[in-house]
Amino acid sequence: MGLIRDNRRGGTVHPVIRTILQRLGLGLVTLFVVSLILFSSVEFLPGDFGEAVLGQAALPETVAAFRKELGLDLPLHERYFEWLGGILTGDMGNSFSGRGSSGGSDRSRPVIELLAPRLANTLFLASMAAIISVPLALFLGITAALYRNSIYDRTVNALTLTTISFPEFFVAYLLILGLSSFTKIFPSLANISPDALFWDRVYLTALPALTLTLVIVAHMMRMTRAAIINLMASPYIEMADLKGASKSEIILRHALPNAWAPIVTVIAFNLAYLVVGVVVVEVVFVYPGVGQLMVDAVTTRDVPVVQGCAMIFAATYILLNLFADIISIITNPRLLHPR
Amino acid sequence: MSNENNGKKGDILLDMRDIVIDGYSDDRWHEIVKGVDITLRRGEVMGLIGESGAGKSTLGLAAMGYARAGCRITSGSIMFDGEDLLAKTEEERRALRGTRIAYVAQSAAASFNPAHQLIEQTVESTVRRGTKSEAEAKADARKLYRDLQLPNPDTIGDRYPHQVSGGQLQRVMTAMAMSPRPDLIIFDEPTTALDVTTQVEVLASMKRIVEHFNTAAIYITHDLAVVAQMADSIKVLRYGETIEDAETRKMLDNPEKEYTRSLWSVRSIDKEEERSGDIILKVDHVDASYTGSAKVLDNVSIEVPRGHTVAIVGESGSGKSTAARAITGLLPPSKGQVLFNGKALPPALKERSVDQLQKIQMIYQMADTAMNPRHTVRDIIGRPLEFYLGLKGRARDDRLMELVEMIELNESFIDRYPAELSGGQKQRICIARALAANPELIICDEVTSALDQIVQKGILELLLRLQRELNLTYIFITHDIATVKAISDQIVVMLQGRVVEQGMKSEILSPPYPEYTELLLSSVPEMDPDWLTGLLKARSEGASATNR
Repeated sequence: MGLIRDNRRGGTVHPVIRTILQRLGLGLVTLFVVSLILFSSVEFLPGDFGEAVLGQAALPETVAAFRKELGLDLPLHERYFEWLGGILTGDMGNSFSGRGSSGGSDRSRPVIELLAPRLANTLFLASMAAIISVPLALFLGITAALYRNSIYDRTVNALTLTTISFPEFFVAYLLILGLSSFTKIFPSLANISPDALFWDRVYLTALPALTLTLVIVAHMMRMTRAAIINLMASPYIEMADLKGASKSEIILRHALPNAWAPIVTVIAFNLAYLVVGVVVVEVVFVYPGVGQLMVDAVTTRDVPVVQGCAMIFAATYILLNLFADIISIITNPRLLHPR
Repeated sequence: MSNENNGKKGDILLDMRDIVIDGYSDDRWHEIVKGVDITLRRGEVMGLIGESGAGKSTLGLAAMGYARAGCRITSGSIMFDGEDLLAKTEEERRALRGTRIAYVAQSAAASFNPAHQLIEQTVESTVRRGTKSEAEAKADARKLYRDLQLPNPDTIGDRYPHQVSGGQLQRVMTAMAMSPRPDLIIFDEPTTALDVTTQVEVLASMKRIVEHFNTAAIYITHDLAVVAQMADSIKVLRYGETIEDAETRKMLDNPEKEYTRSLWSVRSIDKEEERSGDIILKVDHVDASYTGSAKVLDNVSIEVPRGHTVAIVGESGSGKSTAARAITGLLPPSKGQVLFNGKALPPALKERSVDQLQKIQMIYQMADTAMNPRHTVRDIIGRPLEFYLGLKGRARDDRLMELVEMIELNESFIDRYPAELSGGQKQRICIARALAANPELIICDEVTSALDQIVQKGILELLLRLQRELNLTYIFITHDIATVKAISDQIVVMLQGRVVEQGMKSEILSPPYPEYTELLLSSVPEMDPDWLTGLLKARSEGASATNR
């Protein structure tokens, strides 16, 4: 209520627009803070890229010259603002790898060039998994609430709990075993090439997408079920019952519209996981996504790439949560239609 | 406008025989309705009256062939228009609900779905039944809104529940019940949550529309005066059994059972008012607001004489509870000051000394939420004894016993938890907790509103006795005029954050009245079946005198 009243005093802008703009601003601030933490924490990691590339035996002068070439000798804040300015203009700097050992000539690639195709792959896989898992989770959640405590409800609960309880790689290997090794329906490797056609990509990413679906569907399905059941004790649900509404009408028309906020929050959380947390699945299926890129960059101390990947991950989280907030706001009639 | 379903007036519509309903609690089934009969004819309105736990809502729902989760109808028969509801399948009963039998719930704010527009909810069951197209049903709904005297009847249906006031929502819900032109409507305490001034209007709309469509109704309430306006006959229930039933006038003129008479017992207390000596508390031109915007208190001045009771009356939102918060320092005034025994109190609670805190105590409406459920009565009353008086060990226990006896309970209550006490007992413990601090002034905020009539009477008598014995001063916040009559010496009438009238009880409660006081007083239902009709007639004629 406080929020509504505050907004009412705000003037002519619709309170929902105002709130969304507020959230957007807050998201940008969060992203800025993340960039700060990210940059400084990478800086405080032990070890040195110069030494790592040139080897322990390298002369101090060589290391110093190399550091100078990369700009690592500049003060921290200067480098930070240069880096941040670059990101804002779409330039994430150049990868460290490909430098140094070759001597003078610079064969290093821009981070963005490395990242872009990987990100496209990751988003493709995430979208595949989302397109399967979100409708499936909603359907299972709603039907489980509808037939609460029935055998159906219990079976769905038990099955989804089982899939979420196994480690991802185990689920992945089970699927490979079942759908690839024995039946040869899908390929076990998803090492798609950049010029693969759309349906080939779908075919190749089927197993990793299925693995991810099995991993995230339980969480979303259980929240959908719980959010609906939580509302079933409300007086307006009893009223709907006393107005002669059928069970499915009660759930779809009277409970679900009031249950979106918690459901969408969990969906956003899981979608973010699809982008950010899939490195294990990528490794199992040899899928060229951002996760693998980041792991490789960490092992070679390729700081600009690590920072680029991390910023992408942070932005994904913030964006999806913002999206969830917006849905929560516009499904709340108190905010959408102020008094 | 007649209903094709309606047969002749006078035919028996609902015949419930020997209804037994079980409720599940404490791990077992208890009988909560024990063999009650109801016979209702077409066009007849029956009042079901009783205190909480009497089983009246359960019985009302049973008339729809419906039992809440945790309840079951174990025996009896329910014949609705010649058909046995209990012999039908759940689907068949569902087809009757919201079409031939409709329900109006107590809290309209909670019973409307927050996600849908009012008109969508109004026509929902009519459209599902298919007797009217959606457009026809909506046109009819707007007409019903107009009949029920809702403001902007053509557009109010496009609003969402939170955009409409409680009294209006209750009328929209009546329209929703009426939309399918049911044969029977169950009104389940539909005006209990409303202010008296709003209640009158809602009652009038309901009465008019039920008469207009010749709809039979069961009207459930705990307020005999309200049911007297609505019902042709009244059935009194207690602990799931019929105590008495009779035609309304007969019941009011000559109740047979002692219990029935006790239902209006609070109205029988009438405190002799006393003029008084020195002023213990003075609220001096106080303004207060919650978020720095609209004033909730606007230039409020109140004087409270020592050893007497000042009642603050007004409807919800009038600022009466906020006045209490300003006095106790929970909400520091933005202007003006509060003087106690002639000395200004620091505005904020935190700045007050323990001694100042001790002298002013508070008792709340919901005794349930005002006590820590994990503390025993000993902890609850013992805490202020330690905090204010530094009593420990034996001295503390002795004082504890004295207090418990003072509130007419005994030693056996001392180690109980709040959950093991009844509503009245809980409020008594809250009184003892306030007394433990040896206060001079006690602020009672709607302390009897949540209680049944008989229990209310007990609490009020206790407070009166304590006042005499301990020379206590009370500020008594209430919206109930019967309570005011029972306990006050002086009255302060509040409206929209201002004091509109204050003075001795005899002056305030006798004419001539200022406009608002008259509205407030005339809106309190009286034990006279003609009261509402008379009042509305008087008001529509613009006459200044009411039927009294």
